[in-house]
Amino acid sequence: MDKFLIKGIFRDRHRWLFPLLIVGVGVMIMVFSLSFMKGYENSFIRQNSRFDTGHMKVVSRAYAEMLQQKPFDLALIDIEDDLEIWKAQYPQLEWAERISFGALLDVPDDMGETRAQGEVVGFAIDIFGNPQEVQRMNLQKAIIKGRMPQQPGEVLLSNVAFEKLDLKLDDQITLIGATVFGSMSMQNFKVVGAVEFGVFSLDRGAVVADLSDIQTMLDLEGGASEILAYFKNGEFDAKVARSIASDFNQKYSDEDDEFSPQMLSMMEQNNMGYLLGIFSQTMYWTGVVFVFILGIVLWNSGLMNGIRRYGEFGIRLAIGESKAHVYWSLLYEAFVLGLVGSIIGLALGLVIDLIIGTNGMDVTAYTRSSTMMFENIIYTDVTWGVIIASFVPGVLSTLFGAGLAGIAIFKRQTSQLFKELET
Amino acid sequence: MKKALFTLALILCALGLSAQKPKADDIIKAIDRNMISNTVKSTTRMVVHSKRSSRTVESINYSKGNNSFYSEYISPPREKGTKMLKLGSDLWIYDPGSDRTVQISGNMLKQSVMGSDLSYEDFMEESTLEKDYNAAITGEITYDKRDCWILTLTAKHGKVAYYTRKAYVDKQRYVPLYEEWYAKSGKLLKTVKLSNVENVSGRWYPRYMLFKDKLKDGKGTEYFVDKIEFDLKIPDHIFSKAMLKK
Repeated sequence: MDKFLIKGIFRDRHRWLFPLLIVGVGVMIMVFSLSFMKGYENSFIRQNSRFDTGHMKVVSRAYAEMLQQKPFDLALIDIEDDLEIWKAQYPQLEWAERISFGALLDVPDDMGETRAQGEVVGFAIDIFGNPQEVQRMNLQKAIIKGRMPQQPGEVLLSNVAFEKLDLKLDDQITLIGATVFGSMSMQNFKVVGAVEFGVFSLDRGAVVADLSDIQTMLDLEGGASEILAYFKNGEFDAKVARSIASDFNQKYSDEDDEFSPQMLSMMEQNNMGYLLGIFSQTMYWTGVVFVFILGIVLWNSGLMNGIRRYGEFGIRLAIGESKAHVYWSLLYEAFVLGLVGSIIGLALGLVIDLIIGTNGMDVTAYTRSSTMMFENIIYTDVTWGVIIASFVPGVLSTLFGAGLAGIAIFKRQTSQLFKELET
Repeated sequence: MKKALFTLALILCALGLSAQKPKADDIIKAIDRNMISNTVKSTTRMVVHSKRSSRTVESINYSKGNNSFYSEYISPPREKGTKMLKLGSDLWIYDPGSDRTVQISGNMLKQSVMGSDLSYEDFMEESTLEKDYNAAITGEITYDKRDCWILTLTAKHGKVAYYTRKAYVDKQRYVPLYEEWYAKSGKLLKTVKLSNVENVSGRWYPRYMLFKDKLKDGKGTEYFVDKIEFDLKIPDHIFSKAMLKK
């Protein structure tokens, strides 16, 4: 019977062409858009965790209250011994001390007078003592001129600032900032390389320096404004992160001491939980809207098919086939068409994903004014979730369309069938 | 002799002013006479109470009128050798660690001096109260056990850091004992409490001030004037950029 029905579908071009085309194209678009959104979400998580949030972050309670302002004057000081304890307590995590700070970059002329100035965002990471940090920040790859810092006093500067301030490699610059106690602080550095992270908000003007240099500059010996923690396997797990943060805070955080440490999971920082919630809601509603629109189109197609096959259904009912059987056979046909159409759509979508997943899509024009951390090149990311979320609605929409259109079968009057056949 | 006559004139003027309600303009002239001198050399201590800790910063300061100001920090060790020079509307900072002299301008003027509740802008007032503000007596109050005029000062031009100032001025000594500094929007930015008023070389001068930046956490900045000399001879080279790198 199945074979008979399948042959029936594919020997009649009118029955398969339009539904297959609709489902195929729909699933293809769905696979691409969902995998692109997934890629965007991953880029967002990856960039934020690398440059800002970590998978978890330890800061002082006072700092946590003003997290987005990054008030390094509320940094954790003399934290080295505590950090060793935390490392032993949570062996599944890698730790990275960082200091983010704002500074004025001053370029002196030959006489030592100011030749040019610009505002920069400073990142201090443990360049010489923590190779994972260099890897995590993609520093080697980000260097487009010059080399990595090899000794204290050497820094990297974002290429935009490097060009704007008309600098040459090995030029001396002075960073003017404020110490953790609020005094003005100046320190000379040598620019040994220019970097481009591919994140517009960073590439506008960032200085990357070694942690110990900046600890000295900011009078922050043995301290860091943020201590980031990453899962050693590199994958962010929101549930585990939340549970580690809760355990850490119970053990080490004191509500009455604003300078006691507090751990925040990535979801508790920079509205990440809210933003990622929006991402998954968007993906969910895209699926729902897709099923609905495709269902309406296929319903219409089913109705037209029903009109074309009006006589056929009449004969089938007249020779004794039950209405339910005709209806179920119609649903079966729709299921087969949905299945085949979804497979074709999936295959086409995966080909597009393969191309964009390998070469990426440049979205710089859209991220230029954004302060959020997205990569300039977005790569699609195909997961089982994306495949299921595209494939299943593809099949469901044909069933939905045929199911609605087929209701007309139950409205046929057996007594009228022969009369209808005569006309 | 000249100094004695000047002091006498000042006291007579003060007595005359206290006998009847003086004009607001006369009060600010008297304040200017007390607070601003041709030349001043002082040694000061600034105790900065931040959220985290308290720090003491000591400096030796020289000034000529309100136009030229030179300051060298002598402690703590991290700040030692840092110098600040103001000439007219220009301000430079010399940092011995980097051996750089940087001109402070624009938004940087709003930054805190050594983490205190004072900003560089606070050092930038070039003129006298009389030239910068219109004054009005808006009441009387007993503050710190002293009878005071409440004076409201409104800026005459846009070159001042604070558009409005409210001051409690000692009726006898013509020294402000408490001030509130406001932005043009009416927002209270800073308060200053002045005490330990002493007669130094014929003028009344507060030896202790407590500055509080109302936009900052912390307990404020105490400012102690440990030594002060007025109208002494200060060589011109002190107020030159060459002095910064010496």
